[in-house]
Amino acid sequence: MHMADALLAPAVAATMYVASGAVAGVSVHKLRKDEDDSKKLPVMAVTAALVFAGQMINYTIPGTGSSGHMCGGMMLSALLGPQAGFLSMIVILTIQCLFFGDGGLLALGANIWNMAFYGCFVGYYLIWRPIMKSNWFCKSTPKAAQRAKIILASIIGCIVTLQLGAFSVVVETSLSGITELPFDAFCALMQPIHLAIGLIEGLITAAVLTFVYESRPEIIKDVDTSDGKVENKRPLKTVIVILAVLVVLVGGVLSLFASSNPDGLEWALFGNSDAGYSDNMGLDEEDFGIASGAADKAASIQESTAFLPDYAFSDSDSAAGTTVSGLVGAAMVAVVALAICAIGGFFKKKNSSKAK
Amino acid sequence: MNKIDNAISEFKEMDEMANRSSPVHELSPLVKLLSTVAYIFFVVSFNKYNLNGLIVMVLYPVVIYQVSGTSIRACFYKLRFILPLVCAVGLFNPFFDKKIMLYIGSIAVSGGTISMLTLMLKGILCIMQSFVLIATTSFDSICLALRRIHIPAFIVTLLLLTYRYISVMMEEVAVMTDAYMLRAPGQKGIHVSAWGSFLGQLLLRSMDKAEEIYSGMQLRGFSGDFLYAGCRPLRFNDILFLVGSIAAFALFRFVDITSFIGRLVM
Repeated sequence: MHMADALLAPAVAATMYVASGAVAGVSVHKLRKDEDDSKKLPVMAVTAALVFAGQMINYTIPGTGSSGHMCGGMMLSALLGPQAGFLSMIVILTIQCLFFGDGGLLALGANIWNMAFYGCFVGYYLIWRPIMKSNWFCKSTPKAAQRAKIILASIIGCIVTLQLGAFSVVVETSLSGITELPFDAFCALMQPIHLAIGLIEGLITAAVLTFVYESRPEIIKDVDTSDGKVENKRPLKTVIVILAVLVVLVGGVLSLFASSNPDGLEWALFGNSDAGYSDNMGLDEEDFGIASGAADKAASIQESTAFLPDYAFSDSDSAAGTTVSGLVGAAMVAVVALAICAIGGFFKKKNSSKAK
Repeated sequence: MNKIDNAISEFKEMDEMANRSSPVHELSPLVKLLSTVAYIFFVVSFNKYNLNGLIVMVLYPVVIYQVSGTSIRACFYKLRFILPLVCAVGLFNPFFDKKIMLYIGSIAVSGGTISMLTLMLKGILCIMQSFVLIATTSFDSICLALRRIHIPAFIVTLLLLTYRYISVMMEEVAVMTDAYMLRAPGQKGIHVSAWGSFLGQLLLRSMDKAEEIYSGMQLRGFSGDFLYAGCRPLRFNDILFLVGSIAAFALFRFVDITSFIGRLVM
């Protein structure tokens, strides 16, 4: 799900940086307030490093010939809490971006939002904690109930947060006006794939967390470590009904966005502009220009310089002239680039022979 | 496992590259970080049909690679798994944007093809520039630069610690997967019955270790932030480089250099 730089317009990238930065700021503040912040540091670092290394392990998926790996947001927030989990995910994503080119430097803000924010905050506050604090499965023994809740919360959490992340990727890309792929087609491409990925990730997360629960339950957040019987039973039937409603809601909301009326979203996002849109988002380059799909600033810079807006391969003579000279110029630049490489190589050889 | 061993050796190689010396290595990490971000920003802001203009931006990374003695081939080799993904982004454009924009001889080129090529080039340029940043700047110095732009000490220290632990942890995981694979020949990955215990064991052990490490750090006077060696003020060279590079990006971005050169030649 890592987005590359080229997928985002600068304005969208900057917005996502601000959003992720704000959440990071609040997280750091909260951690400082709650506890001795440096105490948690090594544990966070080790867990982050473990998730990083754990991503490289292949897990055989039963019944298929393929294997999957995990991403970790949900697991980190279950082990460390949402704020610490979020910061650990930021660190993982930054190192992946710098060392492995997984996701761009400019797109880091968006990637943090798509993978860390949903996995840690939405996953924890809306899914993990409510399920862990509920009275579900209380007919069975407390331990079995806890285990079932961990498994359920991990799987639902991973699926829902990955769906949200994938949907954000689609929205951010469409807002940037980069790809010509229509909004709904893009959604139809992204969401089902991430449904499968989320399920596998959920299973792996559940496996690791139940193991940790068996050996050291106190590490996991919101687990009831006392062996006391829980009162106020809620039968399994209610649980299933609640789950079904949840699934229908999530599925319904997503498919609503995905299929019906992207124009409504456009209207909401861009304002009631008089410009003529095409059916999908921001693709009418005549009116918008790609980089400035959502960026008035970028557009105003473009307009003020007046060099590029009218840069077009249109059919007038002068423009055709520009095109040809442009092509020749581009070829010249390529030659210059190659020459620089050659000169660099020449000096390198000279230096190495001197060193000998 | 091969994959993990590869990752470990790649980390080491990057460290070695970053510790060589060249005029680019000598620059302040802050300046390199800022100019890299500025470069990516300018590259991404090019119009999707402006392939001609974008080509000029190739010059900057090419110069930096040569001056810093970084091999372009090494960059493409290391990022060989990422590049196809980056390039796949625009593959759909030719199918949706069929408006003919230009004729080369008798071959018609559609807008979608041009925007696809622009998108691919953008992706490659951004990746090249990020790679040369990390190949000429050690991770410690990047963290130092982050501190200087007032990223909270908590996050920067976490970055440094995690970076340190990653190699330790990956070695551990490599040993464990090797041991597992030797006992389970012909199996593609970790069997479902061991999914939890495999990573769980390592997790519990590492968390215990982390507590001990924290005690050790406290005994040595750790107060929440590291002291950074080699923290030097910006020099004239650094500022000159930053201003010069941003001016060059702006020139490439707003002046149609390729057409200008073409007209001169023709």
